[in-house]
Amino acid sequence: MENTFLIENLRNHFEQDIFEMNTNTDMLTVTVSYPVIHDVIRYLKEDPALNFTFLTTLCGIHYPDRGLPLGVIYHLHNIYENQRIRIKTFVTLNEPKVPTITDLFAAANWMERETYDFYGIVFEGHPDLKRILNVEYLDFFPMRKEYPLEDPTREDKDDRYFGR
Amino acid sequence: MSNGKEYTTLNLGPTHPAMHGIFQNVLTIDGEKIVDSEQTIGYIHRAFEKIAERRPYYQITTLTDRLNYCSAPINNIGWHMTMEKLLGVKTTRRIDYMRIILMELARITDHLICNSVIGVDSGALTGFVYVFQERERVYEIYEEVSGARLTTNMGRIGGFERDFSPAAIRKLRDFLNHLPKVLHEFEKLLLRNRIFMDRTINVGPITAEKALNYGFSGPNLRAAGVDLDIRVINPYSSYNDFDFIIPVGTNGDTYDRFCVRQEEIWQSLKIIRNALENLPAGNFHVNVPEFYLPPKEEVYSKMEALIWHFKIVMGETAVPAGEVYHSVEAANGELGFYLVSDGGRSPYRLHFRRPCFIYYQALPEMIRGGVLSDAILTMSSMNVIAGELDG
Amino acid sequence: MTTRDPKYNKVDPPEGYMAPGMFATFFNTVIGLARKNSIWPLPFATSCCGIEFMATMGAHYDLGRFGSERLSFSPRQADLLMVMGTIAKKMAPVVQQVYHQMAEPRWVIAVGACASSGGIFDTYSVLQGIDRIVPVDVYVPGCPPRPEQIIEGFMKVQELVGREPLRRRYSEEYKELLNHYGILK
Repeated sequence: MENTFLIENLRNHFEQDIFEMNTNTDMLTVTVSYPVIHDVIRYLKEDPALNFTFLTTLCGIHYPDRGLPLGVIYHLHNIYENQRIRIKTFVTLNEPKVPTITDLFAAANWMERETYDFYGIVFEGHPDLKRILNVEYLDFFPMRKEYPLEDPTREDKDDRYFGR
Repeated sequence: MSNGKEYTTLNLGPTHPAMHGIFQNVLTIDGEKIVDSEQTIGYIHRAFEKIAERRPYYQITTLTDRLNYCSAPINNIGWHMTMEKLLGVKTTRRIDYMRIILMELARITDHLICNSVIGVDSGALTGFVYVFQERERVYEIYEEVSGARLTTNMGRIGGFERDFSPAAIRKLRDFLNHLPKVLHEFEKLLLRNRIFMDRTINVGPITAEKALNYGFSGPNLRAAGVDLDIRVINPYSSYNDFDFIIPVGTNGDTYDRFCVRQEEIWQSLKIIRNALENLPAGNFHVNVPEFYLPPKEEVYSKMEALIWHFKIVMGETAVPAGEVYHSVEAANGELGFYLVSDGGRSPYRLHFRRPCFIYYQALPEMIRGGVLSDAILTMSSMNVIAGELDG
Repeated sequence: MTTRDPKYNKVDPPEGYMAPGMFATFFNTVIGLARKNSIWPLPFATSCCGIEFMATMGAHYDLGRFGSERLSFSPRQADLLMVMGTIAKKMAPVVQQVYHQMAEPRWVIAVGACASSGGIFDTYSVLQGIDRIVPVDVYVPGCPPRPEQIIEGFMKVQELVGREPLRRRYSEEYKELLNHYGILK
């Protein structure tokens, strides 16, 4: 399946909601607005010509300098023709809500929990959205860029040895 | 309960001899039949993705080691290939063949652990001890190539840090001659053993459609009947030069997973033999001056090499901004690296697509309706490695 | 070859008074000798160091020669808690519970860099060394340590076990130590 065919197809169906289509990266990357993300992915999965039936991965990203800082990135794979596609969507910090795709792909369940755990993005309609990898009482979202890697409550590290 | 039954909650807690790694399963059981289960993971969450945002590119190899620590070379080489994809570096066939040998060795060791541990969980402890001796031989080969036994940090961006020494080739040949005998012994113990077959056939089954929906990949998916293998549909590192069968099961149950892994060990042996015999001549690394450290003799005598060494270690070499996704067929499935680079010293975002994390969510479906001992066998046949699960 | 043959590898007897048919020494020595050659470890294996432990228990390096052939996964029956691998903050209460359940005398060995000090994972989610939550007797550095190093650590524990005074677990100092970790008797 050629990239141009995909681009045409998606443009015909989702004209208003596509922000950007990038073919310079290793696979076609499409940025859509967050309310239609569920429809876009369902279309890609169920349309017989497109057939992207495998969800490879789902992750979050944080660009603190942009207007829409938090993003969710989906990688889909058409295993019959070995075609991959990357879908991105971005939301604001105040209302980080994205529709869930657990009804389409059962694999998205834990992946969305992981994204919530790391970035605080709330997936509406998720059956059981709670922290999965970090402790339950953690009160911040660690992968966001403003939080440090090390534990800030340590008092035993001598700054002289750590170049600070 | 409304129908007069009372269910028990059993905590198969984080530290349990049957758990391979630390994760918790809270089972709701009716007598001995499992009605439902819930998993808690994250007991070894080491924040790899956050650490990766702070480390220069060549230091991330040591992080990838610790993902699936039973087969560390596959993770390392996968990461190097991701970097090479980002930088647009092409490797020679000799490097590809050397990488294939090491990746298939790692696959053999991972499958050996998984299969022998399925035996241990069903009570057959002998096979485990025989098979672990073979792992020692592979550790010696890793030591000859990279210096370390388990967390190997193998290879560099653009190839390897040293060529295969004659001792490494000799140990490889000895291994290739020795392993078939041990494997035959192991198979005689378990493969057509009546007790083992009764305990594993129709235990923990999953259909092909459900498996694809749950994002399964690797031997677990192939046992369910889908012949998806990244080495074949998207060949990397010259895998298309090799001719090997993809073993596929029918039921997706524990016995199929055991058999698929066993057959994959035989196929990997065939690939290694092929690669070793046809190893092309050439250099063990390509010229990537921005990332491949120059030899120390030159650093101490030539100005250019000194400057490159300084730039590489201080992390001031140019990395193109962009994003790339690359995946390899690890022992458990599709191990993917999604790298977003902003041109700086460390990745802007590095996401590991960890196969164990994705297919472990299907466990409640697989063990529902079975008994407790079946659940233990199902869990061990799925080969869940805690380092990859939590990452 | 009888045991009187000079090529037979003999271990010297401990200090004591030997006479035909009897050998008199301190209680401490005898009990220490018995304990140190039959330590039952609890392998608390969490990550990569656990695989090196499996190699140590295997036929090539064989920890069983030291008397620890019988691994005990139940803390109530174990003498030595071998913590091998990274302990995350989520796992720390579990380590404490396991330690609480062990009966005296108990020893702890921290195998690997992660258990000793957090290792390469200086992050918000990893406990920087298990000596923040349980008292540790021997640290084995390495990432992962070779089986020979694990065996050396184990032999150091054997030395400690062999020399330990009988009333140490009732002493004030030991109670102080446990109080420091918040472990109530």
